[in-house]
Amino acid sequence: MIWFRRLLLLLVVSGGLLLVCVLGWLFFGGGGHQPTSPAMSKVDATTLRDPALIAKGEYLVTAGDCAGCHTAQGGAGYAGGRSLATPFGNIPVPNITPDRETGLGSWSFEDFWQALHVGKGRHGELLYPAFSYTSYTKVTHDDALAMFAYLQSLPPVRQPPSALALNFPYSLRNSLTAWRALYFKEGVYVPDPGQSEQWNRGAYLVQGLGHCNECHAARDTLGGTPQDVHLTGGQIPEQNWYAPDLSTQSNGGLQGWNEQDIVDLLKTGQSAKGAAFGPMADVVAQSTQHMTDADLHAVATYLHSLPARAPLPEEKPPFNTSALIQHGEQIYTQRCADCHGKNGNGVAGIYPPLNGNSSVTEPTGINATRSVLLGGFAPLTAASPRPYSMPPFAQQLSDADVAAVVSYIRQAWTNKGPIVQERDVSKYRQTPID
Amino acid sequence: MLFGSASRASDAPTIPDTLQQRIAACTSCHGVHGEGKPGSDFFPRLAGKPAAYLVRQMQGFQNGLRKYAPMEYTVRQLSPAYMQEIAEYFSAQQVPYSRSPLPPVGAEALQRGEQLVNSGDPALKVPACASCHGNQLTGVEPSTPGLVGLPYDYISSQLGSWRTHTRAMKAPDCMALVASRLSPSDITAVAAWLASRQLPADTHAQAAGSVKPMLPCGVLGAVKNAAAGGGA
Repeated sequence: MIWFRRLLLLLVVSGGLLLVCVLGWLFFGGGGHQPTSPAMSKVDATTLRDPALIAKGEYLVTAGDCAGCHTAQGGAGYAGGRSLATPFGNIPVPNITPDRETGLGSWSFEDFWQALHVGKGRHGELLYPAFSYTSYTKVTHDDALAMFAYLQSLPPVRQPPSALALNFPYSLRNSLTAWRALYFKEGVYVPDPGQSEQWNRGAYLVQGLGHCNECHAARDTLGGTPQDVHLTGGQIPEQNWYAPDLSTQSNGGLQGWNEQDIVDLLKTGQSAKGAAFGPMADVVAQSTQHMTDADLHAVATYLHSLPARAPLPEEKPPFNTSALIQHGEQIYTQRCADCHGKNGNGVAGIYPPLNGNSSVTEPTGINATRSVLLGGFAPLTAASPRPYSMPPFAQQLSDADVAAVVSYIRQAWTNKGPIVQERDVSKYRQTPID
Repeated sequence: MLFGSASRASDAPTIPDTLQQRIAACTSCHGVHGEGKPGSDFFPRLAGKPAAYLVRQMQGFQNGLRKYAPMEYTVRQLSPAYMQEIAEYFSAQQVPYSRSPLPPVGAEALQRGEQLVNSGDPALKVPACASCHGNQLTGVEPSTPGLVGLPYDYISSQLGSWRTHTRAMKAPDCMALVASRLSPSDITAVAAWLASRQLPADTHAQAAGSVKPMLPCGVLGAVKNAAAGGGA
């Protein structure tokens, strides 16, 4: 009676959630905060016009990849105007240019700090955590001020937000009270005195502004990441890409990556161990390639300290896979080996290795499957302005063929990833882009 | 020759440092020389099209004016300089045109198609295709594509895309206006006649400025508020 248990579970969970919402509404409803007007702000207008502060803010806003969410396809930078798809519905992305009516034009720094650090809007309303204040709360007051100064220096763009389209009960803002109790801990990053300055800088960037954990950790059914889960990898909801575990130690997603490999990937889009693609290609192109070498080395130092992981339990394939793997090897020889090499080692700086590449062997198989279907260019960066590319095979290979070749590369050479089945390929073939 | 343990280097394929090699993502569907893909009439020929037109199409996939997920994903990061280089590559290719199969259309439809292409339909305010795309329909530099040698499926699906807003151009969007004034049977007629036509001896695009467009077109420099009411 699985269906009955599921139904029961659903009732209990949704009933519980509703109760929390109602309690949240009763105890915390109504907000009550008043916005601080720029005139009443403790930060005067002259400070915000300081070119050095603005330049620092531009660097930080870039490092945080604010544009990644706050700019619509083909739209003006930072003017919002798009929605983020989540499993709970669509959340409009606000305009953060200084337009008075539709952007942050009438915001004070105090208002901005309340959003970034506390996750609350100008009127005290709880913000949806699609805005990753779970990470941004770690950003220092000084850095936040620089970011605000930069955003206020942008040309104002008039662009009203799109409509909130969340499913019930998530549409009740006060249901977030319960969510925040589970997943949000307010507080600026506290340096670890036992670690080097470089390590602390890396940890600050990764945990705070870089908000790496928002993708590189699995979310649970309520869309949160438990507070002790850190960069262990996870499937990105709705987008259907797998953001790998970032540990470089045993069984880590970046096992065997040295510091330079990490810096290379973030700076150029490629490293000797693999290339960025999908959403990470955008992150590299828009954000990390613009970071200083010192900051990138700090990030690498910090990632290097992530602990080893437990080995994944070995998955027994549900059927005899030898025919599948053999078919996959044939396709590999015909279609892939010319670039990635017979032994899957790729060509340095041009085509990534598939052997020992965690994007090939990650637990779900999504990344390899979608890379075969979509192909595409390596990230375009200052270091790589004319990247090589991979053909999209969606138009050339059937679901069965893709399943075969992906299963093959996940098990060839030193790789030991579970196979991928035809039905998985047909699902990811339909995943919308963006 | 040296024998021994297989080294990593000996396994590595030799990759030519050419644009053609770099753009495998483009050529796997559009052909190494942009000749299009025989048997897949939805992958258009790129060879010989005006470079500025090709750049505009890539920009359209970047900024959402054109909707086709595989193209949007492929070009999403390309810089203006790289797009220009890729466009010039395809624009400079000279390869023979291939013929595509025609759907079963009657003589009446072909006649209607010819009328629309060469004379337009004043009652519908539809200008002749030739009035903008060149008297030999080979396009006009820098931004107007040729209409010769295109498959029926491709032409009809593009006109359909303008009607359903999955293909658009900088406003005022003259082609959206034209497509909205054509009935589905007119689209079939135009696409069939264009696809059935023999190629002219010279398939190069006409010189810039050699036609006077009948409708205000953003891609040809017209400004937005001039769009109102334009007709043939």
